Amino acid sequence: MKNYHPIRELFLTRMRAFYREPEAIFWTFVFPVLMTIGLGIAFRNRPAEIIDVDIEASPSAEMIMGQLEAIDGFRVQIHDAEECSDRLRLGKAAIVVRPGEVFAYRFDPSRPESALARAKLDDALQRAAGRVEALAVSDTETSEPGARYIDFLIPGLLGMNLMSGGLFGVGFVITDMRVKKLLRRLVATPMRRSHLMLSLVFGRMPFVVPEVGMIVGAGWLLFDMRIAGNPLSILVLAIVGAMSFSGIGLLVASRAQRIESISGLTNLAMLPMTLLCGVFFSYDRFPEAVQPVIQIFPLTHLIDALRAVVLEGAALGSQGMHVLVLVVWGAVSFGLAMKMFRWT
Amino acid sequence: MVALAVECRDLRKRYDAKSKKPVDALNGLDLEVRAGECFGLLGPNGAGKTTTVEILEGLLEQTSGHVEVLGRKWGRKNRREIHQRIGISLQETRFSDKQTVRETVTLFRSFYRAGREPADVIELVDLTEKADAWVVKLSGGQRQRLAVACALVGDPELLFLDEPTTGLDPQARREIWDIVRQQRSQAKTTLITTHYMDEAQRLCDRVAVVDHGRVIALGSPEELIQTIGGEHIVEFDLVRADGEAVDVAADVFCGLPAASSARLEDEGFSLTVSEPHVALPALMRKIESDGLKLARLTTRHVSLEDVFVTLTGRHLRDEELSSD
Repeated sequence: MKNYHPIRELFLTRMRAFYREPEAIFWTFVFPVLMTIGLGIAFRNRPAEIIDVDIEASPSAEMIMGQLEAIDGFRVQIHDAEECSDRLRLGKAAIVVRPGEVFAYRFDPSRPESALARAKLDDALQRAAGRVEALAVSDTETSEPGARYIDFLIPGLLGMNLMSGGLFGVGFVITDMRVKKLLRRLVATPMRRSHLMLSLVFGRMPFVVPEVGMIVGAGWLLFDMRIAGNPLSILVLAIVGAMSFSGIGLLVASRAQRIESISGLTNLAMLPMTLLCGVFFSYDRFPEAVQPVIQIFPLTHLIDALRAVVLEGAALGSQGMHVLVLVVWGAVSFGLAMKMFRWT
Repeated sequence: MVALAVECRDLRKRYDAKSKKPVDALNGLDLEVRAGECFGLLGPNGAGKTTTVEILEGLLEQTSGHVEVLGRKWGRKNRREIHQRIGISLQETRFSDKQTVRETVTLFRSFYRAGREPADVIELVDLTEKADAWVVKLSGGQRQRLAVACALVGDPELLFLDEPTTGLDPQARREIWDIVRQQRSQAKTTLITTHYMDEAQRLCDRVAVVDHGRVIALGSPEELIQTIGGEHIVEFDLVRADGEAVDVAADVFCGLPAASSARLEDEGFSLTVSEPHVALPALMRKIESDGLKLARLTTRHVSLEDVFVTLTGRHLRDEELSSD
């Protein structure tokens, strides 16, 4: 007589349903990596931006254009006043200069590249006109791996991916089972309800290792990312995060009756976290009043801990607070989901 | 005293429809199923059979009334204990599409403390050839047998089969019947719902006829057939010798010897008789003396269908079109 454990059988059922569905493999593994590569390329550190300068047509325009073109970093065009204004408005030019007795700059201080253009252009023109520097300075340029945007971004993407994997991976599966009345049949057996839920949470685990490996690997191979911390610590954090978000996924899906509603609910849960929790930029940029709210979200803690380990080489032990918040989120969500769960 | 596998008294179930007035699916249904028997719940669609069974299976909660399954009441404490001892095939059982028959049955096996080997159950329902096929590739009849396999794999004392043969071809129906008979030969209890009278007649020790959420007749198929006062049905149609329309009330045939009831139906007259050899000559004389001619005459044994028609005045298949 063989021994059949329900959690194992439920887990195997989940795994088979996954690998027999080729599309699921794409969305789970290939998509996050493509996103990492895409964002990495979009936000890679570029050499200093070329500044687009328009000069209003005038007798001295050609001369000034010659002066600027002698210096790197400017792309200069001459147009009549009206066209210059249009190009400034459309963002084709960062600044417009009208030469004369007084050089008139037109620019948009709310656009970073426009404000930068004002400073650079003024500096270049003043020097060309013979300004003498009052202070002796020297520049040392650094762009070390570890301090670049891509280094900041990859732990953020990893956190976001663990969140969406938990919410979609668990929430969709269970809602689909409810919609297809599979849950109704399971509840007509002596199956322990917690076994089904645990099997779904454990069902996330085999995905975490490849997910972490592929995202961090893409950063390492393609963007020369340095991993300061212990890879094992990263994996442990990822597993804690994945379990926590699986619990939340169960809660979000505990009453959804249709695929459309779980889709909406999941996005509703993910959107504020994606924006507020520091995936793409530091949450310090949000006003002081919002900070306590940001600190409630589990994604904030997952990403903070991941960044500390990946970028600063922090030990896992020093991230105990973040881990605790994740565990509490997961456990409370799991418990609530058990209570609220709708089987039919 | 025979132990009861199922007992329910004054079972009521009301569905609250949001915009319409509430629907009473069950109106005080009483039921006793004895351990070891095959019991049939018979009735048209919408009579309350599935509601009854789903309450007994612990899937629905009754609005009021007393329910005991294997001597226990449903509730948090007993839920898993009762489920360990019963097997369920729902009216429409759905399984994951991309699991094989063997994987599906093994999954269900894992929920039970003790039970049969998945391979044995698959053999029992004659799906061994399909054991490694995905559920999505199975025919309707094969899926139904898979549902029965999942109901049997926990080796239940009490088996619920809710319309297990609806929509199946005759061959697939007979295969399901064989499974039910095997269950009975092992002294296990089966509760089966059906709207096929012949099925109940072949399989069931006792039958309850359900209509409008209530049991309207109870007994062995033979007992029920006897209650309508005869074992034979004579069906005939009349024409007048002069070609005029026939204008005769069915009641005039009730008075014939050995006849207990008569009805006028779409196709002609239907007469319930105890002894055809007495009733038929009398019928012939009556027809002749009234100046009528026989256009058609057949006789057959009474079926549960006739019981239902006698009890309710309706045919089972009329209901199929209009309800659910």
